[in-house]
Amino acid sequence: MAENNMEKFGFTISKGRQIDYESNDRRIADYIFEREPSFRLCIECGGCSATCTTGNLTNFSLRELHILIKRGENDHIMQNLKKCMLCGKCTLVCPRGVNTRNIVVLAKQAYQKAGDYAI
Amino acid sequence: MSKRVIVIGGGIAGMEAAGQLSKCGFEVSLIEKEKITGGHLNDWYKLFPDRRSSKEVKKYLDGIVLNKEIHILTDTTIEKFSKDRNHFSVTTNRGSEISADAVVVATGFDLFKSSRKEEYGYGIYDNVITSSDLEKMFRNDKIIMSNGHSPKTIGIVHCVGSRDEKVGNLYCSKLCCVTAVKQAIEIREHLPESKVFCFYMDMRMGGAHYEELYREAQEVWGVSFIRGKVSEAGETIDNRLVIKVEDTLAGRPLKMELDMLVLMAGMEMSQGGKNIASSAGLKTGENRFFAVADHHFGSNISNIEGIFYAGTCTAPMNITETISHARAAVSEVMDYLKDGRK
Repeated sequence: MAENNMEKFGFTISKGRQIDYESNDRRIADYIFEREPSFRLCIECGGCSATCTTGNLTNFSLRELHILIKRGENDHIMQNLKKCMLCGKCTLVCPRGVNTRNIVVLAKQAYQKAGDYAI
Repeated sequence: MSKRVIVIGGGIAGMEAAGQLSKCGFEVSLIEKEKITGGHLNDWYKLFPDRRSSKEVKKYLDGIVLNKEIHILTDTTIEKFSKDRNHFSVTTNRGSEISADAVVVATGFDLFKSSRKEEYGYGIYDNVITSSDLEKMFRNDKIIMSNGHSPKTIGIVHCVGSRDEKVGNLYCSKLCCVTAVKQAIEIREHLPESKVFCFYMDMRMGGAHYEELYREAQEVWGVSFIRGKVSEAGETIDNRLVIKVEDTLAGRPLKMELDMLVLMAGMEMSQGGKNIASSAGLKTGENRFFAVADHHFGSNISNIEGIFYAGTCTAPMNITETISHARAAVSEVMDYLKDGRK
């Protein structure tokens, strides 16, 4: 337990910033891909986030959530998802025809099913 | 007697095809709906990537079609199109009938009608203009807002009517990115005090010297590039434009006040092309441009024997590609009409 010993001497251990693609859990993403194939079409243009009322007032960004879910970076997603008011403006502006609102709904479902991230 | 060819469309592709066909000894009729030939070239100021005057290219094209044995019919549209075995016949709006052994369709493109993207406010807010409107301002050497003053902060929106499922255009128009870069430089040249911001989804600099022009825009002219699709434009109480976009690389929504917003209108199949498609029975593809027989080695060949395509009626192309494509169409016509074949 070298890490614990280090901490005894006043050092802290930072978690790496890398996205660990191998060990990340992408089951949430797979759950959405299967049920809403338009999830694959996002090109990260940010149209959704620009028009989003929630995103203009809080740190909620649908574009960012999409990419984090796809990479299996699942921490903090659930609390952010709760901020979405499902108004659907993002769906109206999306140039790729991504059903953004359904993705929020599916992501919530997936988190509820995956025990570790249950609400 | 020499074989006769009708060229439909007197833009760059049509003029090049007509000139080369005439050079090869064919009797050519060139039909153009406008009062003068030259197509979109007549509306443009300077051309990317070297920013030469569009007039130089127009002069070259005039040189190959004027004073030749080419029947140039301007202000003319086609009312009726028919094919009887290997013989083509068209009736024009002026009542004349022209017959030919082969046809080159060079009906080009129309610019996307930017008012269809209502959220950008073209036709609603005075200082929202299109790339084409800006070219006219450059030509008149007068880049001004509706109140007659020079704009200080100018935004350029890429991909207006391109890569957008909402308007039914999934394709990339390919030339708007470099047009944005060229126009950003020209704005800075005309208005040295101005600031220019380009809002892009991807910078598609896929042509000779395009990437260098992009670099020059940053390095020499200080143009700023912000990655994000503008979601909407509005107006403040004191008549300034305000846009909303996500600065996706910073990961934050951004709003900015602007004096002028320039929309990079994409390219669509022209109305003239659509008319010919229906009257002649030519097939169009999923992007509504003419469908070619083969993307690699048959891009001039249509579904009707004896009708060939030249230029942007098949897909977005720059001038270099358009001229090459028109020459290739001429080579197809020569092959089709060579002795003993027809």
